[in-house]
Amino acid sequence: MESSVARRSAARALRTDRLFLGVVYGSGALFVILVALLFLELLRGSWESIVKFGPAFLWTSQWNPVTEQFGALPLIFGTVVSSLIAIVLAGVVGIFAAAYLSEFAPSWLARPLSFVIELLAAVPSVVYGLWGLFVLAPFIRTTLGPLLQHTLGFLPIFSGPIYGVGLLTAGIILAFMILPTVTAISRDVIIAIPKELREASMSLGATKWETVRRVVLPAARAGIFGALVLALGRAMGETIATTMVIGNRPEIAVSLFAPSYTLSSVIANEFTEATSPLYTSALFELGFLLLLVSAVVNGLARIMMWTVFRQRSSA
Amino acid sequence: MNGFRVARYIRSGVGTFLSGLCAGAAALVLLLILGYVAIKGIHAINLPFLTQLPVPVGESGGGVANGIVGSFITVGIATLIATPIGILTGILVALFGRGLIAEGIRFLSDVLSGIPSIAIGLFAYTLFVEPFRHFSALSASFAFALLMLPLIIRTSEEAIRSVPQVVREGALALGMSVYRSTMYVVLPAARPAIVTGLLLGIARITGETAPLLFTAFGSQFWELNPSNPMAELSLQIFTYAIGPYQSWHEQAWAGALLLIFAVFVLNVVARLVLRPGGAR
Amino acid sequence: MTTTTLATQGLGASYGSHRVLADVTLSFEPHSVTALMGPSGCGKTTLLRCFNRIHETITGARVDGSVLLDGESIYGPGVNPIGLRRRIGMVFQRPNPFPTFSIFDNVACGLPREFPKSERAAIVEKSLRAATLWEDVKDRLSKPATVLSGGQQQRLCIARAIAVEPEILLMDEPTSSLDPISTSSIEDLMTTLSERYTIVIVTHNMQQAARVSDFAAFFLGDGTGVGRLVEFSETTKMFTKPGDRRTEDYITGRFG
Repeated sequence: MESSVARRSAARALRTDRLFLGVVYGSGALFVILVALLFLELLRGSWESIVKFGPAFLWTSQWNPVTEQFGALPLIFGTVVSSLIAIVLAGVVGIFAAAYLSEFAPSWLARPLSFVIELLAAVPSVVYGLWGLFVLAPFIRTTLGPLLQHTLGFLPIFSGPIYGVGLLTAGIILAFMILPTVTAISRDVIIAIPKELREASMSLGATKWETVRRVVLPAARAGIFGALVLALGRAMGETIATTMVIGNRPEIAVSLFAPSYTLSSVIANEFTEATSPLYTSALFELGFLLLLVSAVVNGLARIMMWTVFRQRSSA
Repeated sequence: MNGFRVARYIRSGVGTFLSGLCAGAAALVLLLILGYVAIKGIHAINLPFLTQLPVPVGESGGGVANGIVGSFITVGIATLIATPIGILTGILVALFGRGLIAEGIRFLSDVLSGIPSIAIGLFAYTLFVEPFRHFSALSASFAFALLMLPLIIRTSEEAIRSVPQVVREGALALGMSVYRSTMYVVLPAARPAIVTGLLLGIARITGETAPLLFTAFGSQFWELNPSNPMAELSLQIFTYAIGPYQSWHEQAWAGALLLIFAVFVLNVVARLVLRPGGAR
Repeated sequence: MTTTTLATQGLGASYGSHRVLADVTLSFEPHSVTALMGPSGCGKTTLLRCFNRIHETITGARVDGSVLLDGESIYGPGVNPIGLRRRIGMVFQRPNPFPTFSIFDNVACGLPREFPKSERAAIVEKSLRAATLWEDVKDRLSKPATVLSGGQQQRLCIARAIAVEPEILLMDEPTSSLDPISTSSIEDLMTTLSERYTIVIVTHNMQQAARVSDFAAFFLGDGTGVGRLVEFSETTKMFTKPGDRRTEDYITGRFG
């Protein structure tokens, strides 16, 4: 219909749209600004510490609030080692679990089993920590630790006193926490492998297992690696569960049974107790470090996954 | 030749079995933890636990009522903040963003989702605690909102994408404004999936503890004002767990059971919402 | 009764740098049914979507040349696409009733908000009757549109489009996803509707074009993926004495 009523109504609609688009783009801009501000504010908070300690902060192995000597090395050590333990354990179990769920499990089993494993990701960190502190730590102190020391005690990593809390306990708890990530993403990657590859292998006489091990998993290599990197990032950033089971001692030790400290744990434990601006700033710098590392790790993993899935869809 | 084949089959069988063991072990871990929390926590859950305030150090009894209420308030405000920004940004990425804008926001959202919650807590501290010189539930809600945003943006984008393009074009071809076609035709069609995303986002932040340490900070008292420090259930569990008293440990288990229950209910409801109603 | 004229001059369209249509000059008689024919991929649907400016809602899509409504370009600087689309309606290939709206709301949603309830109800009934759907749905207007069959949904979409009283109705292969019975009832509908509106219909089905249209335009890809207009004439003439060899080949089935 063409009338002045209709024309005015259409003009009003156009004005509404301008406002609407403004709000929509504004939301996006707000989001981007918030993310940028996140980096800027943490940098600002770290500034005093950065200026005072410079790059040596990263390799100084003293974390001493009393003398105000702050070095991140023991914390980096704790973060890296506990995360590595976690990724090794979760990687092995997770990849094979993912292979089982996507290739071998009958469908009536695969769905509920996948769901249960996904639910693991929903368990809050503090609950993992609670369980780790009161169940896993005593278990390591009384059973697993002595066993490892008895059989493999000649290795320096299994030497020394066993307190129950320590790097190994933290690594195991972290492994539980990142297992669902590894499994879920690996499963998606494996499922995306075109079935022609499997059919070709099977038609040559390979068993299902051989197909998976020799053809499917290697083809899924890039995506699985991306999953592992993502999970590693998650392990490094984990705070509460780690704090509860790592022992909170900023020292570099050789044994896995030794108590340790992570970047996130020290912030969690000491931030509200920080007595001086420099102390606070050093903690901020740890946070900024965590931020940078996790952003880079995550960004890289996403780019990896992106290229993997892009290849699949264009193939 | 035959011996070769048998060896291969044995190896394959073992391999398959071990993989199944891994999957089973992963599921078993969940049941192990759940079971333990349930057993240890259940007998400390009673009416006083749910309705009373914490008692002074050393005394026994008391409850986590202020933590339950505080968590509700903090999570509620966070949802109020994150939902409009998240859905609108999802609309932007799904419908309007030209290549670079959409990809950029998606990438930033993915990066944000991997950032440790303690770093986000520090951010909330610099914006909302430092300038005002006191802790508040509001600063915690801000941190929580940032944690929820990537999830809401992603699920909103996918939900809107799943509405067939002909529906949107049909609305526009009728002479509807972009505003009306998006908010009254496309968005309602995407609603089940968006609600699922919201529920999952709420579940994600419900168990979070790290940022609370220096935003909400916790409290021993009733507090309904979000600009003050406030008790939070997950924080109480943490404090009780690392404390020295047996009665505290018991309350930690009970609190953990409550928390797990809430998170699981949210997760199950979220997945059930998607199943019958929406686009699957 | 509309006297509005629609015409194009040297119209072309592309998606980004990928051109799909070039140099189309056509005009449409008021109250006629014009069929756009040709094999798939030669830009017929894109052409239709240029008429109501839906083509540009795709990111990167561009138009060159002009489309004239009553002699004025619809791509002019002051033109409101929303107002334009209320004058030029469209029915899509797949029936697309709004999934969260009732049957009544589907038909009524294009009407201006100012219209009182009684007037809306009257228009809804009139449109549904014109689309020969009233008897089927008059007792269940508040049900969601998804309870209807495919053919009914398409008629609902037609009712929705004509409720706004457009001057021109664009139909993009409206019966291609329907069964023969629904198809023929919609074809009858088209003939009735052309008394009030000018209709432009894209169709793959030559028999349909021969049945319903007064004029026909034949399109063909030029070998580089760009669709061009080959011939435009009265339908009877095109089917009995086509002017261009390529039209003749298409009509006699020598190629797809």
